[in-house]
Amino acid sequence: MEIRGYWRHMFQFRKMKFQREAVPEWPHKVKTLPGCENIFSCIQCGTCSGTCPLSIYMDFTPRRIMSLLREGFRKEALGSETIWLCASCYSCAVHCPQDIHITDVMYSLKREAIKENLYPKRFPIPVLAREFYEIVKRRGRSSEMWLVLRMAFRSNPFILLGMAKSGWALLRTGRLSFKSEGIRNPKDLQRELAVKREVA
Amino acid sequence: MPKTSKTNPQGYLYFPGCSLKATGAAYEESMLELFRSLDVPVEELDDWNCCGATSYMAVDEDSAFLLSARNLSLAHKAPGKRDLLAPCAACYLVLRKTQEYAKKYPSIKKEVSDSLNAVNLPGMNSVKVRHPLEMLYNDVGLDAIKSKVKRRWRGGQVACYYGCQAVRPFDEVDRPLNPMRMDELMRAAGIPTVDYSLKTKCCGGSLTGTIHDVGVRLNYILLKEAVRKGAQAIVTICPLCQFNLDTYQKEITKATGEHFDLPIFFFTQTLGWALGGEIDKLGLKRCISGRSQVKDWMMSREEVESYV
Repeated sequence: MEIRGYWRHMFQFRKMKFQREAVPEWPHKVKTLPGCENIFSCIQCGTCSGTCPLSIYMDFTPRRIMSLLREGFRKEALGSETIWLCASCYSCAVHCPQDIHITDVMYSLKREAIKENLYPKRFPIPVLAREFYEIVKRRGRSSEMWLVLRMAFRSNPFILLGMAKSGWALLRTGRLSFKSEGIRNPKDLQRELAVKREVA
Repeated sequence: MPKTSKTNPQGYLYFPGCSLKATGAAYEESMLELFRSLDVPVEELDDWNCCGATSYMAVDEDSAFLLSARNLSLAHKAPGKRDLLAPCAACYLVLRKTQEYAKKYPSIKKEVSDSLNAVNLPGMNSVKVRHPLEMLYNDVGLDAIKSKVKRRWRGGQVACYYGCQAVRPFDEVDRPLNPMRMDELMRAAGIPTVDYSLKTKCCGGSLTGTIHDVGVRLNYILLKEAVRKGAQAIVTICPLCQFNLDTYQKEITKATGEHFDLPIFFFTQTLGWALGGEIDKLGLKRCISGRSQVKDWMMSREEVESYV
């Protein structure tokens, strides 16, 4: 939402960051996660932001996220929409001159944001991720139709109105499956998933 | 001199994934038809589970690896030493990533083998995960495809769109920066291709369902560039790309005032058509946009009778 005129001064977001707000040990913890080893070699060249198809819609570009991460501005990085807008197309990871797996870094931030409950609420993407997670855990396979319905009801049911037309087109061409797919023994899968890695 | 075919005489396993059972049904149908006309036996992986796609990795990485590990393990258990074909780009990426990460990080490897042991499944590392595009290019070969062409393409030029996750970050399917294998396959089948500069630009994936405006805009850029380059159709290798480009063209036309009505094919559909697959079994009726072109180019009677 854009605020105009006088009120802008009252609601304007402060752009300046202060060192005391940072959590300096956080990036060192992130560094130990798989795929995030190289985060400190970032040279802030901006290739990731330039090649990212979604950076113009983000609140922080990928380059800024890398910078926030390295300096330890945990709340800003985890609460941003950027990490959820990332469609994991791996363009940044392929182009990065310092060989930083930026997509994996984004994934780690997403996971931490969900764990710490810092993700933007009612933003449909984290809701989709969680619904998908639940469906697959229970049945072993996901069905696109039910996934979309559940996502819409948990975030914003009005999304469905916009989907009605494409839904009808899909239905007419036989591309919408109402079947709830599953594997033969979902219990086995749940047993397998229950074996967790012992954190070193 | 035609190269000898390197296809495995025992055939291949394939992992359909959720998309190929619903919105991407045409991909599965046309792929099976294509392999039938090439005499390559393929079999669906028994009791496969969801690969986890991009969403699972975002919630719980360990579980994402375990889900793929189960599929790889089932492929390993299946009789015969067959490669696993993953036609969906997201499935391909997640399966490959699991293998790579298990190789690179001992903790993930240990976790995977522990959990597979818990349900009496064998290990997974000997299975080779492959994409049908790369398999057609390397194992079947361009010469074999050229010699088997049965129908002459009467349609317009096509833009080959590779999408993101099949060619990145792993470079086994094709080069990540300027992939050309699909173009070469299409040309071998007599289908002219245009030089499409956005061939690896992202289509937004599931964003069209979540942040709709952003997702649709990404697809608009892709369609506009294809039309500017003179393409009259787009050929894809990913069910999600096909879905996005196909479904939202009417909406994009309405929003931008520019008319888009391009058929969006799977590469197995055009290739299968050129190699003489049965027209009813290629899933051509499942196209949403450009239905009249599909009918004119590929389904009319005269067309069917004019075999080369």
